Formats: sequence, C-alpha cells, structure tokens
Amino acid sequence: MTDTVTAETAAEPVDLLAKFDPIIQTREALLAAGVEDPFNLVMEQVLSPTRAICNGRDTILLGTYNYMGMTFDPDVIAAGKTAMEDFGAGTTGSRVLNGTFRDHRDVEAALREFYAMDHAVVFSTGYQANLGIISTLAGKGDYIILDIDSHASIYDGCAMGRAEVVPFKHNDVEALEKRLKRIPEGAGKLVVLEGVYSMMGDVAPLKEMVRIAKAHGAMVLVDEAHSMGFIGEHGRGVAEDQGVIDDVDFIIGTFSKSVGTVGGFCVSNHPKFEVLRLVCRPYVFTAALPPSVMASSATSIRKLMHGGNKRAHLWENSRTLHKGLRDLGFKLGTETPQSAIIAVIMPDLEKGAMMWEALLKEGLYVNLARPPATPAGMTLLRCSLCAEHSAEQVQTILGMFERAGKAIGII
Amino acid sequence: MTPAEVDERIRTLIEPFNKKGVAIEDSTTFAGDLEFDSLTVMDFVAAIEDEFDIIISMNQQAEIENWGQLVVAVHKLQDS
Repeated sequence: MTDTVTAETAAEPVDLLAKFDPIIQTREALLAAGVEDPFNLVMEQVLSPTRAICNGRDTILLGTYNYMGMTFDPDVIAAGKTAMEDFGAGTTGSRVLNGTFRDHRDVEAALREFYAMDHAVVFSTGYQANLGIISTLAGKGDYIILDIDSHASIYDGCAMGRAEVVPFKHNDVEALEKRLKRIPEGAGKLVVLEGVYSMMGDVAPLKEMVRIAKAHGAMVLVDEAHSMGFIGEHGRGVAEDQGVIDDVDFIIGTFSKSVGTVGGFCVSNHPKFEVLRLVCRPYVFTAALPPSVMASSATSIRKLMHGGNKRAHLWENSRTLHKGLRDLGFKLGTETPQSAIIAVIMPDLEKGAMMWEALLKEGLYVNLARPPATPAGMTLLRCSLCAEHSAEQVQTILGMFERAGKAIGII
Repeated sequence: MTPAEVDERIRTLIEPFNKKGVAIEDSTTFAGDLEFDSLTVMDFVAAIEDEFDIIISMNQQAEIENWGQLVVAVHKLQDS
C-alpha cells in the first residue's frame, strides 16, 4: 500500500451523467428548431384557477389538474392563513415524532367523512402515498398485478417493495383474469388499478376487474387521483360510480388535483390499517406537511362534499370541449368524454411541440406529454378542464385550437 | 418439454413481432437486435405466457436480454 497514486494507475473517471446524452441531444434539437421550452414554463402571476401570466403572456390554463378550481376558494385560503399564523410555517418533523398537529388529524377526519371509511392516512404527496402503501403492502414473494399503463409512482412502489410485478394489457379484463389464475397458490396478491388513467383520460372497467380480483383472493388498491370530487355520487371516484367501492381494500388519492393543495392519502376499512403508520417508510422518514396546507385541505375536502353544481359544470365543459375538438378534426384519446382530461393525439413529438408552442402564443397552456410518460410512444397535448372555466372560455379555447391546428397543419 | 422444443415454439410466436426478419441466434438481443419497444415486449411476453400457461414477471423479464436467456427461463418456468 502506498499513499500516492501514480498517473499510470489512476483510473479514468466515469461520468455518471453520460448515459443521459441522448436525452440532452433530443432536447437541444427541439430547442434549436426555435420552440419555446415546453418543460421550463414559468407562471409569473396566477390570476385565478383558469388564468395566469405565463412567459409574459396572459394565458388560459388548460393543463393544471385543478379540476374543481379550489386553489382560490376564499374559505380554503382563509383556513390556511389562520393555521399558518396560529401554528407556524412548517412542522420540521415526521408525522410519528413532532409533525402531527391538530390539522393533520383534522384533514384525516375530513377524508374519513368524505369517503365514509374507517381509516385515513395522509402523506406528503400523492407519489409518496403510492410509494409507501404499495411497497409496504407487497414485499418479496408477494405478487402485484397491475395495468401496464400505471403511473410511475405505482411502478416505483412495486420496485421499492421488491414484490413480483405482473403487468397486464391496459384495461383488459381477460388479461387480468388470466394472470390472476397463474399466480402460485398461497402467495399474497395485490391488484393495483387506477380509476382514471391520466394520459388518455379514460376510465377503468373497475366493476368487472374488482369482482375478478376478489374472486381470486386478491386485495385491491385503486388510485383515484384523477376522479376525486367529480366522479361518483359523492365524488368518491370511479369505484363509487361503478358500485364497487365497498370491495376496494385501499383507495389512494391526492390533494394536488381537485382538493387544490398538496399531499397524498390512503383510505381504507381494513381493521389493521393503522399499523401502516409505524412500518411505512415514506410516511415515517419524511417531514409532515405544513399546518396551513392541512387546514386548507380539510376545508377544501369538506366543501367538495357539497360541490354538485360545480361538478355538473365541469362535466358540461368536458363534453363541449371533447365534441368541439372532434368536430374540428383532432384525433382524441377517447371516443367519448370520460373524465376531465381530454388527450389530443399529435402525429409526432416535433409537430406536438410546434402545436404546443402555437397554442401558448395564442394564450393557452396545455400539457405536452411524451414517452416514457405516454402509452405506445405517443405524443399528446393533454387538456384538463376546470369547473371554473366559463362556457365562453371553452369556446375561446376551441378557437385557439382551430387556428393553431391549421397553422401547424394538423387539421 | 425439452429446451429445443421450447425454442421451436417460441420461434413461431416471435414471427409476427420480428418484422424485419432478423435471424435469431442465442445471442440475439430483444432491445438491440430486434428493436423491441415496451409495447412489443408486453405483447410478445403475453403470447408466451398464454402458450405455456406461465407468468414471466417484470422482475424476471429484466434478467432476460437475449434469445438464449429467454429459452432457458421459459423452459425452467414451464417445468415448475
């Protein structure tokens, strides 16, 4: 052993970022064509749930998941302000140590009321809710059977728990059943489904899938992130709408969509559910959300229980935009409007980025979604509607799509 | 079923997915030589699973990069 390393024996440094060179090149090529960077947009001012100043322009927001427009609800804002003044800016600690304040308990009570379920656990984000619950439920030797188009947080939860992951073709009931039949007898089984799939905005056949999962002795988890607040009689999601919510063991949701704040949660009637607070690492080893966020969320959730009129207007907006875009000749992700998401299918990434930019210049923000987030390598312009979009705004949006689509040569 | 029989049956299954008619040897890779994307992998795996009435989990798929490894894996799975 010597203290010095000679020049001859020094190992060549390996750049760990070199593997991302193809992504850097794709991005540079896109920007070199003169397109505004779709993944670097700044909202300089937010004027309402549906309007912001983006990159210096007054812009209609049609890609924010702010389905029920709760971000500017006066009661939601007031509750957050009061909690911040009374409890401070942050928790500086884990939920299991010093990070559970009055309002963390209250928001979990609000969730139990909203879903009429026995237990609710709040996480710092929806991503962490999936990561934590899935990885803790299904460990080595267990099986997770999931839709191939599941969200990244679901896949990451599977990887973290090291369960055997068995995907099936998107929304294919028969493919799910075949796989369930082949799982070794006696193995733990968790079927993971989503109510609304966020890329195409399509709804899952939960009625059949939950029945089949139960018939094969599997536990069922449904992510209802994109349905809470406006699908189902009480806004509890697709499982409620299709009449199978009582057979779902775990519902995952988020505050960053209809609720209008940030945070994630899991609700359940399982008698042993509370043990997860002790064993779920993404719950234990992270800081609890600020009290202001909890108070705003609790107020918002309770208001969503009485949001019938807003819900009806949101569906009206979804139907009008879907029909309008189809009549203009755009190719859409679903035959009928199934949710508050309408995906417009672009011929390729280049045309998609051009269309995205043309819309932004018209004063409209939508999400540009591309692989690997999208199924089948598609490029999508994803529109998510808000209950606060006025009927006039929807017509304005259609005019913008028509002009941009003709300019780019898509319609 | 012998490894040779497994090989033969999967060779029939891969035909519709092998659009460029790449000659398949044990060292032929799915991502590289056959240019399979994730959707093609899913459909191809489903065809094998249905044919042999087995499950090839994503964890197992991650270990299979070439034809030879696939034949060995399927032979082992259908035997168990």
